[in-house]
Amino acid sequence: MTATQVRLRMALTALFALVLTVLPLPVWLDVLRPAFLVLTVLYWSINAPRAGGIGLGFTCGVMLDVFQGPVLGEHALALAIVAYIAVREHQRIRSKPAFQQSLLVLAALIVYEFVLFAIDGWTGHPVTTPLRWLHCLTGALVWPPVAAMLSYSEGRLA
Amino acid sequence: MAAFGTAAGRPLQGRGGSPGFRFTLYAVLSVVIMYLDQRAHYLERVRYVLQASAYPIQLAVNSPPSAWRWLRESFQSREALRAENARLRQRQRDLELLSMRYDALAHENGELRGLREALPPVADRWLAAEIISIQQSSLRQRLLIDRGATNGVFKGQAVLDDRGLIGQTTHVGPWSAEVILITDPEHAVPVRVERTGLRTIAVGGGDASSLALPYLPANADVRNGDLLVTSGLGGVFPEGYPVARVSEVHRDAIQPLAQVRATALSHIDSETEVMLVWFREGHPAAPATGARSAADVKSGNAAMQPLPAPPRPAASRPESAPEHAATPEHAATPAPGTTSQPRTAAPAPRRAAPTAAPAAGAAPEPAPATAPASTSASAPPGEPAAPAAGAASPEAPPAVPPRSRREP
Repeated sequence: MTATQVRLRMALTALFALVLTVLPLPVWLDVLRPAFLVLTVLYWSINAPRAGGIGLGFTCGVMLDVFQGPVLGEHALALAIVAYIAVREHQRIRSKPAFQQSLLVLAALIVYEFVLFAIDGWTGHPVTTPLRWLHCLTGALVWPPVAAMLSYSEGRLA
Repeated sequence: MAAFGTAAGRPLQGRGGSPGFRFTLYAVLSVVIMYLDQRAHYLERVRYVLQASAYPIQLAVNSPPSAWRWLRESFQSREALRAENARLRQRQRDLELLSMRYDALAHENGELRGLREALPPVADRWLAAEIISIQQSSLRQRLLIDRGATNGVFKGQAVLDDRGLIGQTTHVGPWSAEVILITDPEHAVPVRVERTGLRTIAVGGGDASSLALPYLPANADVRNGDLLVTSGLGGVFPEGYPVARVSEVHRDAIQPLAQVRATALSHIDSETEVMLVWFREGHPAAPATGARSAADVKSGNAAMQPLPAPPRPAASRPESAPEHAATPEHAATPAPGTTSQPRTAAPAPRRAAPTAAPAAGAAPEPAPATAPASTSASAPPGEPAAPAAGAASPEAPPAVPPRSRREP
């Protein structure tokens, strides 16, 4: 599989994740919605660390900012940070069993949400409801199936 | 689950540069973007392009619900359609009966105001727009509609439905626009209590239909069921459109301010169409400011810049302008309205105050008596709407964009 193929796959899955992220949902479900885009970026950063996960994170983040960011670049920075951590630690994360991977994903999601939280505060859109952290838990819960699905798509298309 | 690692060990040639280097690059880039977007608003063009490129995704996201709607509509039974038809017919008759006296009343109103003929309606043109998607979390209450700059939509345009105010446009793309709802916690709309004329500001409450009136003193004359209409201040919404109904008044003896909540009249949940409205410039009920153009609204920190002195109201007030919608006709009770001007309106006095200092590069023309009221440097001096707007501008705060944009 060449790097271009991997990149194409990354772009397609990220686009799908973006659609899932902006799909309108009822409010109570919206709070629980996992950050699919972050999970996708994490997956590619861990499993194809040299294919440009950080760039993917940045690009996806800018798109997400267009949809729901109060200021351009907010999600871009948060996703780039998460992708960078994942790329750095990809070997350690990859060798862990699924449960421990979920825990690490939870940590990554909390970092992501914290960056968003900080930027929200600095730019004058403070959102302090504890509900905003809820999606980290659901994200960690759905990580095993999401990762399995992504690796399945990878294997099937290869 | 061991299958996660299938991509392990695949040879992938990197693009060059260590992850650390690339991360630094992207991080710096995003911080610069954030700075430009937040502080300087340099990125309107970029946003425009990005919004255009995001439009297909938004359409795709919206296609399942709209397909479902279409299916449901096309399989509606004949009886249901007949019933709906009858209901609509009835409603139309009722509305016609209601509006029968409208012309006479408008004429009478014009006479009372000392005009020779009735004023034209303040709404000049309107355009129906479909809602593409609704974002209704407690943090952001936004709509995406399917009209954009190609339809003449501009930033800061009022959006209504058939019962009341919905919000205003914040980001305008070529074919789509984002609307911030009046219930968004970042939105504030200047309102007037219809019964008493008391003016205040209604801030979004963060759920589907509630607004808060946080700046009313405890002894303010507000009751349950009072209708709130737009006050015409703020430069975005014209005067007199219904906004909300007071649903809860709570007075605490130890609190200096009353806790008042109101329920928005518009019903976005059940609505798929909204109306974009263009208002007649210079109409007494029109939004009371010259700063209506998109260029003006987005010029970030206008309050921080020196401004040219506006003309004296007495000198340039056109005699045809009657008791202006924006003048404090309820001057007897100005205390709540003026002392409780909160954050949104805070820049207003400074912006519209007759500053003696000449604008730095903003007022090239020598005669201060004809200085345009539109205070931004981007507005050409002596535009036709200037005198009328100038008369109103000393009392009128500038446009009320989403609050956060004002705050540094």
